[in-house]
Parts: sequence; C-alpha cells; structure tokens
Amino acid sequence: MPEGIITKKRIHFSKLYSFSCLKSSFGDGHSQIGQRGYSRIVYCNDPDNPDAIQQNYRGNYVSTTKYTAFNFIPKSLFEQFRRVANIYFLVVACVSFSPLAPYTALSIVAPLLLVIGATMAKEAVEDWRRRKQDIEANNRKVLVYGKNYTFVETRWKKLRVGDIVKVCKDEYFPADILLLSSSYGDGVCYVETMNLDGETNLKLKHALDATSHLQDEKPIQRFRAMVKCEDPNENLYSFIGNLHYEGKEYPLSLQQILLRDSKLKNTDHIFGVVIFTGHDTKVMQNSTDPPSKRSKIERKMDKIIYILFSTLIFISFIGSVYFGVETKRDTSGRRYRRWYVRPDSTTVFYDPRSATLSALLHFLTALMLFGYLIPISLYVSIELVKVLQSVFINRDQEMYYEEMDRPARARTSNLNEELGQVDTILSDKTGTLTCNSMEFVKCSIGGIRYGRGMTEVEKALARRGKNVESQVDEASCDFSGQDSDVEDSRPPVKGFNFRDERIMNGKWVNEPQSDIIQKFFRVLAICHTAIPDVDQGSGEISYEAESPDEAAFVIAAKELGFELFARTQTSISLHELNYKTGKKVDRVYQLLHVLEFSSSRKRMSVIVRNEENQLLLLCKGADSVMFERLSEKGRQYEAETKEHIKQYAEAGLRTLVITYRELDEEEYKLWEVEFSKAKTSVGADRDALVDAAADKMERNLILLGSTAVEDRLQKGVPECIERLAKAGIKLWVLTGDKMETAVNIGYACGLLRQDMKQIVITLDSPNIIALEKQGDKDALKKESLESIKKQIGEGIKQIKFVKESTSTDKESSSSFGLIIDGKSLDYSLNKNLENSFFELATSCASVICCRSSPKQKARVTKMVKLGTGQTTLSIGDGANDVGMLQEADIGVGINGAEGMQAVMASDFAIAQFRFLERLLLVHGHWCYRRISMMICYFFYKNIAFGFTLFWFEAYASFSGQAAYNDWYMSFYNVFFTSLPVIALGVFDQDVSAKLCLKYPFLYLEGVEDTLFSWPRIIGWMVNGVLSSLAIFFLTANSVMTQAFRRDGQVVDFEILGVTMYTCVVWTVNCQMALSINYFTWIQHFFIWGSIAFWYVFVLVYGYLSPEISTTAHMVFVEACAPSLLYWLVTLLVVVCALLPYFCYRSFQSRFLPMYHDIIQRKQVEGSDIEICDEVPKQVHGKLIHLRERLKQREL
Amino acid sequence: MSSSGAAGAGSTDSTAARRNTKRPKYSKFTQQELPACKPILTPRAVISAFLLVSVVFVPVGVASLLASRKVVEIVYRYDSKCIPKNVTNKVAYIQSSADKACSITLNVTKHMKSPVYIYYQLDNFYQNHRRYVKSRSDEQLRKRGEENETSTCKPEDMVNGRAIVPCGLIAWSLFNDTYSFSVNKRNLTVNKKGISWKSDRNHKFGKDVFPKNFQNSSIIGGAHLNESIPLREQEDLIVWMRTAALPTFRKLYGKIEEDLKEGELVNVTLNNNYNTYSFNGKKKLVLSTTTWLGGKNDFLGIAYLTVGGLCFFLALAFTIVYFVKPRQLGDPSYLSWNRNPGGH
Repeated sequence: MPEGIITKKRIHFSKLYSFSCLKSSFGDGHSQIGQRGYSRIVYCNDPDNPDAIQQNYRGNYVSTTKYTAFNFIPKSLFEQFRRVANIYFLVVACVSFSPLAPYTALSIVAPLLLVIGATMAKEAVEDWRRRKQDIEANNRKVLVYGKNYTFVETRWKKLRVGDIVKVCKDEYFPADILLLSSSYGDGVCYVETMNLDGETNLKLKHALDATSHLQDEKPIQRFRAMVKCEDPNENLYSFIGNLHYEGKEYPLSLQQILLRDSKLKNTDHIFGVVIFTGHDTKVMQNSTDPPSKRSKIERKMDKIIYILFSTLIFISFIGSVYFGVETKRDTSGRRYRRWYVRPDSTTVFYDPRSATLSALLHFLTALMLFGYLIPISLYVSIELVKVLQSVFINRDQEMYYEEMDRPARARTSNLNEELGQVDTILSDKTGTLTCNSMEFVKCSIGGIRYGRGMTEVEKALARRGKNVESQVDEASCDFSGQDSDVEDSRPPVKGFNFRDERIMNGKWVNEPQSDIIQKFFRVLAICHTAIPDVDQGSGEISYEAESPDEAAFVIAAKELGFELFARTQTSISLHELNYKTGKKVDRVYQLLHVLEFSSSRKRMSVIVRNEENQLLLLCKGADSVMFERLSEKGRQYEAETKEHIKQYAEAGLRTLVITYRELDEEEYKLWEVEFSKAKTSVGADRDALVDAAADKMERNLILLGSTAVEDRLQKGVPECIERLAKAGIKLWVLTGDKMETAVNIGYACGLLRQDMKQIVITLDSPNIIALEKQGDKDALKKESLESIKKQIGEGIKQIKFVKESTSTDKESSSSFGLIIDGKSLDYSLNKNLENSFFELATSCASVICCRSSPKQKARVTKMVKLGTGQTTLSIGDGANDVGMLQEADIGVGINGAEGMQAVMASDFAIAQFRFLERLLLVHGHWCYRRISMMICYFFYKNIAFGFTLFWFEAYASFSGQAAYNDWYMSFYNVFFTSLPVIALGVFDQDVSAKLCLKYPFLYLEGVEDTLFSWPRIIGWMVNGVLSSLAIFFLTANSVMTQAFRRDGQVVDFEILGVTMYTCVVWTVNCQMALSINYFTWIQHFFIWGSIAFWYVFVLVYGYLSPEISTTAHMVFVEACAPSLLYWLVTLLVVVCALLPYFCYRSFQSRFLPMYHDIIQRKQVEGSDIEICDEVPKQVHGKLIHLRERLKQREL
Repeated sequence: MSSSGAAGAGSTDSTAARRNTKRPKYSKFTQQELPACKPILTPRAVISAFLLVSVVFVPVGVASLLASRKVVEIVYRYDSKCIPKNVTNKVAYIQSSADKACSITLNVTKHMKSPVYIYYQLDNFYQNHRRYVKSRSDEQLRKRGEENETSTCKPEDMVNGRAIVPCGLIAWSLFNDTYSFSVNKRNLTVNKKGISWKSDRNHKFGKDVFPKNFQNSSIIGGAHLNESIPLREQEDLIVWMRTAALPTFRKLYGKIEEDLKEGELVNVTLNNNYNTYSFNGKKKLVLSTTTWLGGKNDFLGIAYLTVGGLCFFLALAFTIVYFVKPRQLGDPSYLSWNRNPGGH
C-alpha cells in the first residue's frame, strides 16, 4: 500500500499528541538563561566564528577509561595503596632498607612488587577493553555539513559544537543535538532511548516550526543561529535554552533535543545542531560506574585483618618487652653479661644503656618480621579467583537462553560469594516472573465471556482444584474441557492467543449482540496511539505501539476483522467487516482528539467522527476509574462485567474496561473551545486544566465490555520459586499490578499455597473510601494510619496465635502470606509503623506488594536490607526496577524485552528468572563456599607460618632474627602456598551442581553463614597456632642438640630453618588437601606441585653460589637430604599438625554434620543411583558438543 | 554502554565468523564437570586413616627409640669443676691470664665403637642473636681481595685502621677451650679433619685467605688463629662460624677413631679458657657414638610412639562409637531444612 506510506510521511503528527507536544511556552527556567549555570552559547553552523572558538568547548572525543597512558602508574598505584594491608607492606618495604629490617630489603620488595604488579596488570587489561570500545565509538562516522556546503562523512570524535549533522534512520546520535528538521514535513522524528532509560517504545521529538523548513542543503547554507542554553548537566528529563534565529527568540525544550546514544527510528533522516559534545552530553554526564558494592565476606575479612594486625602488634609488643629486658641485663655497671655481642661497643639497636629505645626500635623490627601474619597476596588472589569464578558463571551452558541467544553475565565479580548468602529476594513481576509479552486471551462483551484459552494461572488453579475445593474453579471449568479441540491450524500470532469459534473468522455476526461486538472491536481498533507499518513487499501490517498491551488490542481487532491499515493526523482507516453484507469495506474515521493515557488518569479516549457523521468518544481504562463514569443507560451489563473482570483478575489477567459514548455536536463544540483554551494556557496548572477538561467529556459512558490480556509466566518459574523457598530464601514480589492479579500470579508461581493463611493489608475499607471522597486529606491520613496499624497488629497476633497453638515453630512461619497494596505500603513504611510492619513481614513466608511504585520498591528493598541485616537480592527487568537493583546487596537484571536499563544497573544479568535458581544454588553456593574457605585457609597458612617465626624468636631472645632464609619467606605467599589456594577458590565443589539443585537446603550454609562464622574463623586461626606449635617444638626437640646423622654433624641454624620450612610447606599444603573434598588433576597438580616446587627450589637455590644463596647454600643436598632424621621429623610434624583438624572433622562430620556432609555421605552410600543419572548427562554434554562441531563444519 | 561493548568484544575474535551464537562452548572445564575424586570422611575412611598412621608410626617409633638407646654418650659438665675452689669471681678468673688447665676423668660405661665424636656443648649462648648472626663478612672469608669488606662486622671490623680477617663477632668469640684425651696414659689422637661441612670449606672459606690482625684489639674475645694457615683449613673456626639455631648447642670438636672399651677411664686434660661465666652458661664435654639416626635423643621415638598409640586409640574409639551409635542414614530429620543448624 504505497499511498499509506506516503501519506504517513506527510502527516503532522504533532496534532496526534495533543497533550505534550505543544508545550513550548517560556517556563521558569528560561528567565535564567545567560546567568550562572545557563551560560552556554552555541553558534550554529558557524564553527569558525571567533566567538565560537573562544568558547573552547570540548570536542566529541569520549574516553570512559579510568586511566590514561600518563596517569596509569600514579593513579593505579594510589588505588592499590588505599588498602590498609598494602600500605602496611609499603611502609615495611621502605623501612626494610634501614638496618632495622630483619631481612634483606629485596626479599620484601619483590613479593610486594609482584602482587601490586599483578593487580595493576589486571586493571590495565580491564581498562584496555574499555579503551577499545571508546576507539570504536570515537571513530564511528556521521554526516557533517562542511565548508563546501555538502555533508561530509566525519568521525564522531571530530565533531564540534555548532556543527550541523545529518543522522539517518537507525543511526545513533553522536552527541546531544538540537533537532532542526526531519524528513517529515513538520519536523517530527521518532527516537528510541533504550540505552538511556531502557524503554523500547518510540518517543516523539519535534523541531521548532521556525526551523522545520531546513529540509535541504541549500537553506542550511544560509542558516545562522545562536543557541543559549543550560550548562552541561546530568538531568535527562529537562532542557532549558533559547534559539536566536532571524532576530527572534524561540524557547527550546527537551522536545527539540536528541540525546547521544539514542537512536533515530522510523524517520529517514534529521538535521540538527550539535549542542553538547563528548563528556558534556547528558548521557556521559549521567554515566556512573557500575555500582561498586562490597560483599559481606569482604567486609568481614577486613575485620579479620584488623584482628591480625592487633595480634601482630601484641606479639611484637611482647617480643619488644622481653628484648628490652634482656638487653638491659646485658650490662650491670662495668660488667657485661653476653660479652660476645659486645654490649660495650654497640649500636642504638642493641644498646643496654638505652634499652627502652632499643626496645622501641625492636618493636618496628618485630612488626616487619611477624608481618607474615598478614597475607600479602590475599587481595590479589581473591580478585583473581573472583574473576575466574565470573568466567564460569558467564560460560555456564545451563544459564544460556537459546531463544534470545543470551548467556548469563556477571557484570561485577566482587559479589560472587554474596550470591550464596541471599536471604530475601525482591522480585519485580512483569517481565521478571512473566514474559512481558501481552497476549489477548479473553474478553467480556455485553455480559458474555469469550475466549477459551487456559491461562497459566488457571492451569495452576485447576491443579490446585484437584486437591482442594476452590470457589474460583467454577469460573474456569467451562473452558477447561474444550481447550484442546479448538486448536487452530493457523500459525500463532504474536500477542494473540484468543480462541473462540463463536466470534472468530467473522462468525461474530451471528451472535445475538453482534452490534455490541462490533462496537467493542471498533473501540479496540481506533482508541489507541499505535501506528501501522505496512511492509511494502508482503503487505503485512505490523504496529508500533507505546505499550505491549496496546499492540495486543490492535492485533486482536485486526484478527477479528477490524484491521487498522492507515493512520493520518486526522484520520484512522480500517478494513472492516460489514455485518449486514458480510463484505470487507474500508471505513475512515475522522480523528478529532486524543486524550492521552497517564498513570493518574488510568484511561485514554479518542474523539472521532465516523462516516455517518456521528461524533463518538471511545474510551478504555482501568475498572477502578471507569465504572464510576458510566451513564445510567450504560450500566446494562455492569454486574456481569464486574464479575467477569474479577474472574479475569483472579486468572492473572490484566483487564481494561471498554466504553463509548455518542456526543452531541453542540456539547462537543462547547467542550472543544474549553479544551483548546486549557491546552494553550500558560502556567503550572495547565496539566490540571487539561485533565479537568478531558474529565468533563469522559462521562456518561456506555459499557461495552472488558478485555483480558495475559502476561504469561516464564518457563520454570513455579519450580524455581519452590526450590528457592526450600533453600530458605524468602521471596517478596513487588509489582504495580492490582491485588487480585498479584495474588493470582502468586498462586500460579507457587508463592502462595492453598494451605497458607493470607494476611491482607489494604485501605479498601468503606469508611476510608468515604473519607477519600470527601477529600479531607488530614483525616484520611490519620484514619489510614490507624487502619494499617490495626491490620498489622492483627496480623502479628494471628501469627503469634498460630505459633503458640502449634508447639513447634517449624511450620508456623511458612504458613502465612502477606499481601499489601501500594497505598498501605506507603503508610506502613512510616517511621512509627515500620518496625511492626517489618516484624509482620519477616514472619511471613512470602510477601506480595501490589500497586507499588519504583520508589516504593527501592524503599522496601532498603528496609528489608537494613531491617534483617541479611543479604537481599533484587531482580527486575525494567527501568522502574533500577532503584531497587541498586539499593539491594545484589541486583540481578533480567536481560529481557524491556531494554538494557535494568541490566546496566545490575550486578548480574540473566535472561530468564529460572536461571536465578542455578545462579544462587549452584554458583552462589560454590562461590560462597570457595571464598570463605579460601579466606579462612589464607589466614590459617599465614598464622601457621608467622607463629613459627615467633616461637623461634622466643629462643633467640627476641633479637629479631628470622628462622628462615629471606627468600624462603618471601616466596612463601607467592609460590609455595598460593596456587593451591587459588585452585580451591576457583574449582572446589562440595557437591556437584546437580546435587546442589536437588538438595536446596544446602544453600542454608550460606544464608546462615556457617562457613564464615566467627567460631569457624577463630577455629582456623587456632588451628594455625596449633600447627605452628607442632612445627616448631617438635622439630626443635627432635633435632635438639645431638648429632642428626651418622657422621656426627649437628643441626645448626641453617638446617633447622630448612627442616622447619619443609614442615611448614608440607603442613599447609596437606591441610589444604585435607580440607577440600574435590580433587581434579588441577588440585593434585597444584598441591603436590607446590610441595615439589619447594624441594626443587631449595635444591636449585642451594646450588647457586654462596654469594646468592647465603645460608641456603647446599644445605639440602649436603645436610638435610642424606639425614633420615630430617625425613622422619617431616613425617612426624605433618601428621601431628594435621591431627587436631582431622579429629575435629571426623568427629564433627559424624556427630554434628553440616548440610554438605550429609549430602556427601548420601551420595557415597547411594552411589549406584548417582551413577546411572550421571552417565546420560555426560553423554548429553558430549552430544551438544558434537552437534556444535558439526554445525561449525557445515558453516 | 560498556557492557554492551564488552559482550560485543567477545565476538570480534577470529572464531566469530564461524560461531555466530553466544552459546557458551561445552567443555568439562568450563562447565565445572571435570572428573574428580571426592574423598569424604566416612567412618571407614577415618578409622583406616587412624590405623594406617598407627601402623606406620609405632614401628618407626620403636626403631628410633632403639637406635637412640644404642648410642653411648658421655656428658661431662666441667665449667664449675674447672674453677679452683678458692676463686670467688669466676669471670675475673677466666679473664685473667692464669694457667687454666684442668684435668677430668670420664668413665666409659659402655663399649663405644669408633668413631667417637667429641663435642663441646654450650648453654645459654645466643649464637642466633641477630646482632651476632649478622656480624660476619662472607665476602672477606671467601676471597682474598675482599678483606676490606668489613662493614657488617662492627665493632670487630678494624684494628688500628687495618681490616681484621676474619672480622665480626662470630669469629672474634671463637671457642677456645682445648681438650686432649688419654686412656691408660696413652694419648688418644683427636682427628680434627672433616668436622666441618664440605661445602663450607670449599665455597665459603678461601684457601688463600689468611687470618690477619685477629684478636689484636683491646678486648680479646676467644681463640687466636694461626696466621700461616688459610681459613679453609681452620676447621674449628668453620664449625664455629656455622651458627647454632638454639641457645643450647653442641659443636663438633673432633673424632676419636678408635673404640673405647667398657670400663675404661678416659683422662681429659682441658684448658678452661672460654668465658661462659658472665652469662651463666654451662660448658659440657660430650663423647658420643652415632647410629643411622644420629645421636642420643629419645624424643623422636617417644613422639612417634605417642602419636601412633594415640591414633590407635582414636581408631578404637571411633570404631566403638560407630558400633554403639550408628546413625540411620537418610533419616529425614537430618535432611530437614528447618532443622536448627547445630554446632557452629
């Protein structure tokens, strides 16, 4: 239909949008232009103007990198040393160049450099990735009006303020641009702002009339203008400026501004003037780093580090006091006790005459020496581990969504372990639990129900009905029987799932009330703002609608024979079935006004004149506002329709009431004058006036019926929720839907169960409604507050009663569901009520908040987070969930239909709600377990090592002599013990993924934080001290004074060091082997490899010339290895050091088993069952792999 | 924006042309399904681990204990005995230039097979004191040309502006008691060759480095060195310079390369020169044989026996407990997720 397209382009769409587009009056802000904050001046199309050059605005070059080549080193170093532990090591490294140091400076500087270097390398790689994106963006091409009066392709980064650009269809805007004109005659264009706010619907932008004639290169040549406007700011929803053009001043608003990173749609091209470039653009001003959240474990880890610091200071203090006393005793008068250290001729560090000072200096030495208590490589190891864990999350095939080709994505890696500790999930409903694709499934016309499809909710209700008698069942039973036999052979239409042979395929004409049916679908076909888009090739019509609901209506009307095929600014054309003749005819409706939808009005209307010259007002809206607007005559079907709406809502459907009204010419004329006056009025109350005018018309409506649109549950949601509940996770649903819908979705997805008692808090009581009508706000507020207070109190009482009556408190909390609506929620979140509301909410198993706004969602999230002190996870898909996602400890974005906004604000992005189960129960559990074990072990190994130094000190009169060679010590954290612990952090699994999902209660380990509780942490520390005791004292006593080999040689300082160090390396690595229960070749390789590496190291190091190896020279080959005693001591010490832990574990796993112990045991004892499950899975994996390789070969 | 780009960046690599789906590739590694052994602490595993330890440890303990018992060791403390009765100020006496020869008799209680190692044992002597340990110059000891490398040796670095070789406190405080042994008036030869570590002799002490200006300063620490013998051959010094780890230590003095028979009396003539009296250190002379395990020390054997015994006991205890109180597996009460978490 070529005409359709041509006409579409000629339309002045501005007339369609009667409310918003004409707002171009001088608002308050415009008076401020030229003053502070509003000082920007843009010389359009005149970039070489000296004044423009003087402005010196930034270019369009964008850099989102954290560092530049110049500041990388200082800045990233600064970042590194913001950590307390790193500062400590830096100070130590500096002091180590002084004689205070107990070891050579290099041996402490080298590991520090390695650790810092590794972290910096990671930063550099991440930044390099960002830089690559920047380069890509900066080098995109755009058409810029150049000197020779044509448009020339130019790179984005070369763009200057004041340039005129031409942006074509489906291109991104390179900067913030003032719209001058578009390919449409009246200068409108459509913009998709998905990257800004996540909304996929198109937004209309409108050029000033004064500039909309600039359609070609020629007029642009003469175009000179000046824009005075606000300075760059981050507010996406306002713009204040003036255009000075041809001696006149025109006010500019957001309507004329095209923002960077939004996309031109449905418009061939636009011309515009660049106003803000590069970092001045609103989107760049708005860009914030992904939220930086720290996990609880990490915060706790800081505390542990402080504990270790205190320990360090404490033992250093003990050492210093002892050292001071000993040093003091070295002289008494002229007699010197330990003459061999020459106290008579000594330095300040050992001077017995100023023993206090010596002790003080020694304190510094000791701080350095025992610094091995603080694990230097902890931070970098944890970061590395988390990055690798994220890779596993990203690569998980089970979280890949085939249909949209989307894998899961961990956007921040520092919350992985937090996933294993989630206590409460706060979930959005639309798009998160449901698919957010609206399907027209049912309608009620003239008091008769149509539509035989079964909704998910109905299926759930039917399932429920089998066991328990339900009053809702009766509503759906008449459909259930015939569900299958009405299957259509036609391919399914997106957005349309309506099956009813009574009115489909034109059969509605035979229905008794066919005129009402006709009117009903006419309203659906006319009363909307959708735009038909005819595919020129196939003639197929698709629709661009503002909301999926609206699209569903237009599609439904089309499927039933009321096909919208063209729309102009003044008319709407339908292919329509004439029920008298049975032929298709084209009918054109003259469109007079569109009274737009808004969330406060909850309805929209159009006023049209049909071919019979009748004036009609067609109106659709929410039941809450529509029924009161019906005329006396129009209430014929009110009772039935109300009943049907209730049933639909119970079936989880979204309903709208469809009405119409015939208008009187006179009445309309009078009203139009008033309405136009309201629209053109200037002032803050303009909107109110317009609303009031519209309200006058939308009265005395005649009810036709109601529609029911289903937003289907996503696949696997009920099962997922059930298992999450078994994992002890509480789920709150925060939705904007009405209560009935929310409750029924609650049933459908298993959040509410039949055996649960519902506690409903609502403000729907008659006296409150009465007060509402009176409009006495104070009284209303007071009354509402009272009512809520009472209801909360009753709820708590009810729960208490049940708790008392059933003696075990097991069941009681899970048997309540709290349902609260938005208005009540507002009151409940008041300071006075918050606590009691909270008490109530937490003692309920599931909570549904309906009719809640985005702000309330965020508030509830914050309240839950602060109130429980537990980890909260928010999950949502839309821009309205952003606040909630950022407020929660973890934000999970559904990478779904509603754009990127939620994903951008999230920490993890998944494609489907059901993947949450795997994300939490498998990855969350594993990561939590890995990180907590890793940290515990890290402290263990450093304490075990650090304390051996301390015990040795005690036998060296605390003089600050280290027991080991310098390089043994500095390699301890880097080579001999770091890789196994990283392997633990990356690969360890207590049980397989399948068992994690099979036994959701395993997840409780994370929620209850059993693996990282203080007793456990302290336990590991004590274990470390025990190990160090075993290592030092057993070694020292075994090799004491006597010969340690047949040739009569005795153990000296160097040999004792090697022996002890061997024991340390063996002990900590074997401890690792003992505490993990998952050995792949990687673990074996790292653990035994680390031990082997120690021997290799001491061998090679020993062979180096004594200048380098000093005390380690040949010590292993010559002295230790040939001595049987050395090997026997190693065996003895390792077994003794591990014995306490082993005993504890065997006792504990037997008598106080943790959840994973139980499952592991079960798995072993029931291994035969396990195996037959396991094999098909592996086969399955291989099959997928093979299939993919085949595909690759084909391509 | 950064995220969308990051997702895009992955597909720009060379495989993108072939693989236009973002489906993660299957591999056992990325899916975390690597074959693994998963040892868990079943009762059987626990008991067998304990038994294994005891089975290994008890015999080792017995063997060590037997070896230790086989060693014949004579220890004689002489620091108080070798001071004349009338001396009250022991420190003054030891620092005086009087003749401090002293004679003691050791009774061989058991046949001692050669070689019999002679040790001196010092007590309360902190050779591991940081100031002491660091007070040496390895460069100087190793190379002749580096004799002025004495910066680490203070205060025993220079005397009258000339470098001391060997410098530092360790060398300066060289032990200087000497022993000579006789059995039945027949002198026993004490072999002092090979009492130090070979690597020390070959790599740490130069063969062309001779003592210089040693013990020439105002305060004399310990032994003097023969300035005509290179450091490499001064084995007493080499042994002494290998500092002890703990304040009680023995150092090898020499070897007697003939058997000492049971009941023989060994006369020791010793020069009691070394000052341990300032710091109340004991001095002991030790004659000891060795076995495969070294010298006499019951500790290792006892420790092995104790641990082995303890593990046997634990194995027993666990066995009894498992028999007396076997837990029903699959008991729903253990699996209930409502269960209050026990323990920790």
